[in-house]
Amino acid sequence: MVEATSSQPLEPMNIMINMGPQHPATHGVFRMVLWVDGERVVDVEPHIGYLHRGSEKLCEGEVYPQIVTLFDRLDYISNLNNELVFTMAVEKLMDVQVPERAEYIRVILCELNRISSHLLFYGTFGLDAGAMTPALYSFRERERIQRLFESVTGARMMHNYFRVGGLKQDVPEDFNERVLQVIQELEKAINECDQLLSKNEVFLARTRNIGVISSEDAIALGVSGPSLRATGIPYDLRVIEPYSVYDRFEFDIPVGKLGDSWERYALRVEEMRQSVSIIKQALQQLPENSPVMASGLRRLPRPPKGEVYVRAENPRGEFGVYLVSAGETKPYRVKVRAPSFVNLQALKLLLRNVYVADAVVILGSLDIVLGEVDR
Amino acid sequence: MLREISEIFGSKDVQIGSILDEVLISVAPAKLLETCEILKGNPGLQFDFLRCLSVVDYEDSFQVVYHLWSMGHRYKLVVKTNTEYEQPKVPSIVSIWPSADWFEREGRDLFGVDFEGHPGLKPLLLWEGFEGFPGRKSFPFHEYEEW
Repeated sequence: MVEATSSQPLEPMNIMINMGPQHPATHGVFRMVLWVDGERVVDVEPHIGYLHRGSEKLCEGEVYPQIVTLFDRLDYISNLNNELVFTMAVEKLMDVQVPERAEYIRVILCELNRISSHLLFYGTFGLDAGAMTPALYSFRERERIQRLFESVTGARMMHNYFRVGGLKQDVPEDFNERVLQVIQELEKAINECDQLLSKNEVFLARTRNIGVISSEDAIALGVSGPSLRATGIPYDLRVIEPYSVYDRFEFDIPVGKLGDSWERYALRVEEMRQSVSIIKQALQQLPENSPVMASGLRRLPRPPKGEVYVRAENPRGEFGVYLVSAGETKPYRVKVRAPSFVNLQALKLLLRNVYVADAVVILGSLDIVLGEVDR
Repeated sequence: MLREISEIFGSKDVQIGSILDEVLISVAPAKLLETCEILKGNPGLQFDFLRCLSVVDYEDSFQVVYHLWSMGHRYKLVVKTNTEYEQPKVPSIVSIWPSADWFEREGRDLFGVDFEGHPGLKPLLLWEGFEGFPGRKSFPFHEYEEW
């Protein structure tokens, strides 16, 4: 037996834990290295780039209609919202007026996409917090939206439906009835989901007062979307800087007070209800029997020399496109301001001095999509 | 807002212009930090939110573009600075807007722009040891082969 020769106490030592890139709770190929002192996280180093495909550079080599497909693959949960921002950027540069019908269809589809994105968040966040059932319900409801998308765009995820100046084609004849039916079912489903998880005692214990961020820190770190609104700042670009036809609808911006994980979750549930309300209003105002594509456009758009920065409220926050055109059929430079990329920077602050078990919940509450983090 | 900006920057080495519906300020890299501090600190402007930071390769120079937003006043602004092609250097603005951290690391990764004063310009999107700057126009595009 070795005798204890030193009377010195043991030095406290931080243990390094590697999490990811292949880990179910990182929502993709995201890796973080945690330094822990017992059960407490002391420091965290996020590593990204495992999904880096050079999308911005790829855009420089494609003509404008082809780039829409690349934008589908950035935030692959809310594809149509991405497409909208890119087409809006080109349209603003070219000064194209999009037909009203196309604008309304865009809004309806984007809001449906927002609901489907939030539903996915709802399911996976439940899983992160240890609740298995919500994922089953959310995927069932999400399927209704996916089927509708398939009938409209021909694809379940990579739609390639929006065009510079309008839409690829008009929606099917039974579109209005189908949307009405889907949102009726969704309204019921959202309430069901809300009742199932939001006030669950275990869920509350896992998320309430966990991962609190102040509004000052959130603004300084560039956080946007529901994560910023949870801190009490009503920053929603659909209202602050209305684009498309969003200024014609009445809806609320849900805001939180504390900025904890539960509020980030609850806001998204409430946002789904607001989206349903927007879709209802849009369906009522939707003009019938009118074109969905601006006339007099060249097949290959050639925006004039110049640059533009367009942003919109994606499900995850402010999605911006900085487009520099040299007057060619291909853009000179495309820079994407991806909300997940910026929101993820808050992780270092959020994970300081929390329990290891909460790290997964906090990461989940930020709702990142690695496709747009790495681009 | 334009009036306030021209009052504040009227006497300094700053060019004021516009792009579509946004006000544009062009400034030399040496004056960038000073300008940004005024933009954030001045109570009439309060640009507290960095919307976007982009690097553009113009083949003879690099341009760094900052898109700013003021939460309180709802103003938007574009700040541009140019740097030479051979040894691109721009002061880091992480001390003013912490959200610039990853944007600047990405700019260093893809374009090789040296953001001076950044707390850790490690590779972010590329792996350690990657050679070349794939964002640049001079980087092979279709001819590029990794294996």
